[in-house]
Amino acid sequence: MTENPLLERATRFVSALRHCQVLGITAHQASEEGITLIMPYATHLVGDPQSGVIHGGALTSLMDTACGMATLCVLPEFEVCPTLDLRVDYMHPAAPHKPVYGFAQCYRVTTDVIFTRGFAFQDDPQQPIAHVVGTFMRMGKRLRGTQGLGSAIKGEQA
Amino acid sequence: MTHRFKTRLEQAHERGDYEALLNLIPYAKLIGIECTRLGDELLFRLPANKDNIGNPILPALHGGVIAGFMELSAALYLLVFTGAPGIPKIIDFSLDYLRAGQFRDTYAKCQVWRQGRRVANVAITAWQSTAAEPIATARAHFKIEEQSRP
Repeated sequence: MTENPLLERATRFVSALRHCQVLGITAHQASEEGITLIMPYATHLVGDPQSGVIHGGALTSLMDTACGMATLCVLPEFEVCPTLDLRVDYMHPAAPHKPVYGFAQCYRVTTDVIFTRGFAFQDDPQQPIAHVVGTFMRMGKRLRGTQGLGSAIKGEQA
Repeated sequence: MTHRFKTRLEQAHERGDYEALLNLIPYAKLIGIECTRLGDELLFRLPANKDNIGNPILPALHGGVIAGFMELSAALYLLVFTGAPGIPKIIDFSLDYLRAGQFRDTYAKCQVWRQGRRVANVAITAWQSTAAEPIATARAHFKIEEQSRP
């Protein structure tokens, strides 16, 4: 086990999201600076059968999750933060047969809204395949059902 | 474009049955998107599927799936209505989430606001209970492959 409690929380969080399991997304790195997820290449993610390039939707799922999970890095306690909006700029197609990394960070936290940004890359973080910005709504930690998931993510017995 | 793909596209459009075309796109099968022609319109449907859940508390569909569904709908819409020679390449995608996507069927409709020679602008609306209460609206730019002149 790692000695990074934030990465452990992120790992538990991502494993609770069914669609992320389907996409094979796992937590790669986490710190106060932001979070990096990894999505391995898989043939069922392909959007263009002629080139073998994965579909933008899989990339958007990765980046929506990365931006949403970046909120874990800045909030003292788990809060459900639904996405308000998301914008993805595609720099170039993801090369087939290589994993995609998704990095995201929060650049402003207010009482109601969290502003996040990030990018997806393969070999070189300096050559992103997509840039992303997203805003998230803070629902607070008292939302019904939240505490169970919150404790599960912290690693407490529910 | 491969011959098989072009044939499937032509057949699909003739019959108003897009299943064989969608079967060629692995991501389309993964999320389970369906497409039907209503008159001159295309209606896209994403049947409720546990594999598409992102929020286990509500439960709600993963926002990324809703995005992928809408993006794929827009690409298919362009493919069918513009006679593009291949799946259009996405340039950017901007999405507003208006309501949580409940664990139920989701529908989407597209509108091309502008189609230039190289770029197309498409608006996408997704809803569940009624089209008057969308769960998300989005717009996308796609690069159109220029048709080779005869």
